[in-house]
Formats: sequence, C-alpha cells, structure tokens
Amino acid sequence: MADIDKDLRLERLTKRFGDFLAVDDLTLTVPNGSFFALLGPSGCGKTTTLRMVAGLEDPTLGQVLIGDQDITHLRPYKRPVNTVFQSYALFPHLTIFENVAFGLRRRGVKDYKQKTMDMIDLVQLSGYADRKPSQLSGGQQQRVALGRALINEPGVLLLDEPLGALDLKLRRQMQIELKRIQTEIEVTFVHVTHDQEEAMTMADTIAVMNHGLIEQMGAPGDLYENPRTTFVANFLGQSNLIRVDVIDTADDNIVVDCYGQKVGVAPSRAHAEGKNAWLGIRPEKLFAGAAGADEHAGSNVLTGGRITDVSFVGVSTQYLVAMPWGQELMVFEQNTGHRSLFRNGDHVDITWAPAHAFLLDAHQDARAGMMTPEDTE
Amino acid sequence: MTSGPSQAPATGAPVVDGETAKRRGWGWLLLVPGMLYLAVFFVFPTIQLFFTSLYDPSGSFERGYAMTWQFGNYLDAVRDTWNLFVRSFAYAGIATVVCLVLGYPLAYAIAFKSGRWKNFMLVLVIAPFFTSFLLRTLAWRTILSDQGPVTSFLQTIGMLPDDGRLLATPVAVIAGLIYNFMPFMTLPLYASLDKVDYRLVEAAGDLYSSPFTGFRKVTFPLSLPGVVSGTLLTFIPACGDYINAELLGTPKQYMVGNRIQSAFLTEHNYPLAASLSLILMLVVVLMVFVYVRRAGTEDLL
Repeated sequence: MADIDKDLRLERLTKRFGDFLAVDDLTLTVPNGSFFALLGPSGCGKTTTLRMVAGLEDPTLGQVLIGDQDITHLRPYKRPVNTVFQSYALFPHLTIFENVAFGLRRRGVKDYKQKTMDMIDLVQLSGYADRKPSQLSGGQQQRVALGRALINEPGVLLLDEPLGALDLKLRRQMQIELKRIQTEIEVTFVHVTHDQEEAMTMADTIAVMNHGLIEQMGAPGDLYENPRTTFVANFLGQSNLIRVDVIDTADDNIVVDCYGQKVGVAPSRAHAEGKNAWLGIRPEKLFAGAAGADEHAGSNVLTGGRITDVSFVGVSTQYLVAMPWGQELMVFEQNTGHRSLFRNGDHVDITWAPAHAFLLDAHQDARAGMMTPEDTE
Repeated sequence: MTSGPSQAPATGAPVVDGETAKRRGWGWLLLVPGMLYLAVFFVFPTIQLFFTSLYDPSGSFERGYAMTWQFGNYLDAVRDTWNLFVRSFAYAGIATVVCLVLGYPLAYAIAFKSGRWKNFMLVLVIAPFFTSFLLRTLAWRTILSDQGPVTSFLQTIGMLPDDGRLLATPVAVIAGLIYNFMPFMTLPLYASLDKVDYRLVEAAGDLYSSPFTGFRKVTFPLSLPGVVSGTLLTFIPACGDYINAELLGTPKQYMVGNRIQSAFLTEHNYPLAASLSLILMLVVVLMVFVYVRRAGTEDLL
C-alpha cells in the first residue's frame, strides 16, 4: 500500500500572480494512498496549489512530481490526476452516464459501458444514468462529480472544496462517504478546504496553509493538541492565549510567569524562543473550580478568576472567566451532570494539566487565524 | 373582488386557486400590446397578401384587380422564377456558412480571450449599424470596383485575371451579404459562448480531452443554441435580401427579393409579387422547421 513510487511530491513550488505571491516556496510529500487535506482561509494559496497539481495553473518556479515522474509542465489531459471541482463542473448537455464515461471514452477504453455502470453503482446513483445533471440534487451531483473523476483510477484525486455547496447535514454524510470510498480504493486524495472540522474528520494528514506558506503539517490530533503557531492554534478550534514571561527552562519543565503566578509547560510543547511567549490552552482543557477549593493537585493553577458569562449549549457549558489582568478566558465544561453550574460573578480558580498547555512565539499576532464574521459563509 | 357571495367557497383552497388564476390572467395582459402590434402590422397584412396573391393577374393599376381565386398564380410564379429561388437559397446558404466560419472564431475570441477589451470589441461588432445599410453597401461598390484596391490586389497576386472583376459578380453579392449579416451571426454566437462556464472546459481537460477534443465535446455543443439562432438570423433575412444584388450585382445575380420588389413597385403585378412573397415565406419556414428539428435544439431555442 505504501508504494513510494507514487507519492505526490511538491518541490519548492512557487506561484506569483503579478505582485501577489500566492504560493511561496512550498515543499511537501503526500504519501501514496493517504487522505491529505490542505486547510486554510480563502486566499491562502491552497486552491492555487491544487490547480498547479492538476495542471490548470503553471508554477512560476518549482516542480510537481508523482513518484519520479516530473509532471510540472505536462498538459492537464496528460496527467494521471483527476479533479472534483468546487462547483462540480458537470457537463450540462450530457447525461449522468455520459458524464461519468467521459474520461474513459477520451482514452479509448473499450469496455467503458460496464465500468461506467459499476461506478454509477459505487456512488449510489443506479437508475439515474439517463438523467441530466440539472435533474439531480446537489448531493447527487456531488456523487456524479466524484464518480466522473474516480472512474479514471487516477494516481491522485484532487478535491477542491467538494462539499462547499452542500448543507450541513448532507456535508457530514458525504464526509463519511468520501472517507469510506477513499479507504476502499486506496487512492491518494488531496482535499482542499477552509473547513477545519471537515479536514479533521477525513484527513490522515493536514497541512495548514496561510499566506502561501505551510504553517504546520501533521495528523489532525497532533495539530490540534500541539499547535506551533498562533494561526494554527486559532484556526483549528479555539485557544486561550496568555502573554507570559519565561523564567526557567529546565530540562523537564519550563516555568513561566503568568502575571505574577507561576505555571509549568512540557518542553516538547514549547515552540517559543526568548523571554516572552504566548501560553496557549484549549478551552475544554481548562477546569473552573470554586475559589480556594484546590480540587486538582499537581495542576497548574491561576487564581482570581470571576465568571462573566455562562452559555449553556447542551453538551457543554461555556464560561467566560475574567482574570485579574483583565483578559477573559474561555472554559468549556462537559455536561456530565456531576457538577452544578457556576453563575455570573462567581469567583473561581482555573486549573489544567501541565501536559495540555503549549508555548508559542511572542512575536506572532495572538488573533491570527481567528474566524471573522465574513469568513464563516 | 369579482366573486359574489353566492360563489363563496366552502373551503380555503379554491380561494387560493382563484387568486393564482387571477394573477396568471394579469400576466397574459402583458402580451396584449405586442400581440396588438403584430395583429395590425403582421397578421392582417399577411392575410391581405394572401388574398392579393389570388387576384386576376391580368389586372393593372389603371383597371383595378379582380378577386378570381386564381391559385394558378402560384404555379406561374414558381415556373417563371424557380431559378431565382435556387439562387437566393444558394447565395444565402453560402453567406450563412461563411458568416459562421468567420463569426465563430470572432465570437470565441471575444468571449474567452478579449479580457478587458471585451466591451470594446462588442461595440466594434455593432458599430456598422451606426451607418445605414444602404450607405454601407454603396461603399462596398467602391471597395470592389474595377479599379479598386481589392480587385487590383487580387490581380497582382494572380488570383484574378487581368480583365477579371469583382463587382457585378456573384462573389460581390455574396460578399455583401456576408458583410451585412455578420453581426447577426456574431452576437448570438457570442451570447451563448459567453455563457459557457470556463470551468467545464477545464474539467474536460482534466478528463483527458486535448484542447480540440474539449472544444468538440463541450464548448461547441454548449454553443449550439447560438449557432442555431445565428444561422437563422443570417439565413432568413439573407434569403429575402435584394439590396446587395441590386447594388453589387446585375440582373444576372438577382434574387427573389429583386423580383418581388420590381413586381410590386415597377410592374404593379401585385398577384405575382404577393404569391412570390408567400412562397418565399413558406419555404423559409419549412427549411427552418426541418433545420431546428435536425439540430435537436428545440428545447434550447
């Protein structure tokens, strides 16, 4: 399965549009058979990267390779790569059968009829073969687009925001479906999306892109638990970032001063140099306890918090806790039913396990990667 | 408003139906002005034309015309002028094909390659309409004249013998038709090419189509509505045209239009003129019907 010969490799790939640097010296390897997600906000260069792999955009510099074959300057129709386009781009004048058979017929495959019917079955559209795309629902059109690309048995399947046009419920369903098909046929999927949840649900490896660069690459869990930049910390989920001074960098525990209170961070999770840093903790890793109760021995503790907002959202309760230095921290508590809720104005201490915090470079913008209202469709 | 108490419906549903029906009724009202105009200036004259075509052909302007239900007029018209019909359809056909061959790449370039010059190029396509049809065709007389630049150039490169001429030949008439009807071909072609989603062309490339195959399998089929309406808008008026043959040709190049014009205006042979007009109309309608059927684009028109 791990056939090294068919890995997709991008070597120092760069794309400029006039003065705008869309993709900046990108190097990465997508292992054969993996589900790889390029995640980032709009304009981060992820779609341009995908289009360069597909051959729809010429790189300014750099190379695209599949195994040892350099496909950088191959015309799109000569590449062993197929694309599921953002808006599906189904041929409106052709039937579903003709759409799915399109690639096979262009390559002169003889038994295209049987293969096409098999593919239509695989994407669960039997009985729709003679319809036109406009007669299908969004989810069905999405399946046609997928079948039309997959039938060519590409070395790499590119998916450009394939679920963007579907409503939330259908999107969840298709995410599971896509993952199932990918596992079944073991084709390399490169999936471009701005939806972090979608990327985390499906991908084996996520590359988070920002301003044409890869901020961080890794398994979804690693990226989420141990982000290396404020952008990743905010773009994947939510984070509390607190400005701290680094006091002691002993081998097994880094001690930082957080507005006068000392807390520890594991060295493997420290990605900061110099005296200052951002201390990051995910809201669900924080625990709010009544002031002075000292419930969690061995934890880091920040005292002097006061509840300023309580949102009950069913599975959890989301608190905003104002700290003595004026910052409000998010604390998510799972609704286990074992603890009573705090109320506005309650005094609390905040605790967390040292292994759950991470330390980020102080030169970065603490708000980088946060969702602004216009980002959320 | 119109329903009296006696018709008061027992349930709520019929009220809604009545409302929608009323609204549809108002929609039809929008058609009235256009329909009236067509009735007065098209339907009525056509009926008039039909009766005129059945007048006694021996009538004259001075003695008047008698209605004798002379269906023989049609036979006479076909017998005397069938060659004009053949010539008209041949000229119009050639002009339409050449317009398509010249207009398609032009429309394609404007739609896909012109970038910010798009609107400017579209204005250029329409620009000829700023001058009168007649003046422009007269200008072509100068361009194609025996001492004119085109003739001498063709003579120099040997494509035309030294005593050869362009004016007063079928070439001149067809060239005039092509020139005059080119925008009618280009604009519908542009309109449907412009609607072709470029991502579909990219998708075809992604699915192993060379640029040419992609064009053949995707772009061209999607532009068929433009091809059909462009060819119709060129062929139909070109069939009935008489200005180009009149100004750029001789009686040897005359088309049906010329014969109808002289029958109406010079000879005052109204029955002949009327029957020729109706035959032309019928044949064109028939050809269009067969063409649209063959093109399989009824639902696209």
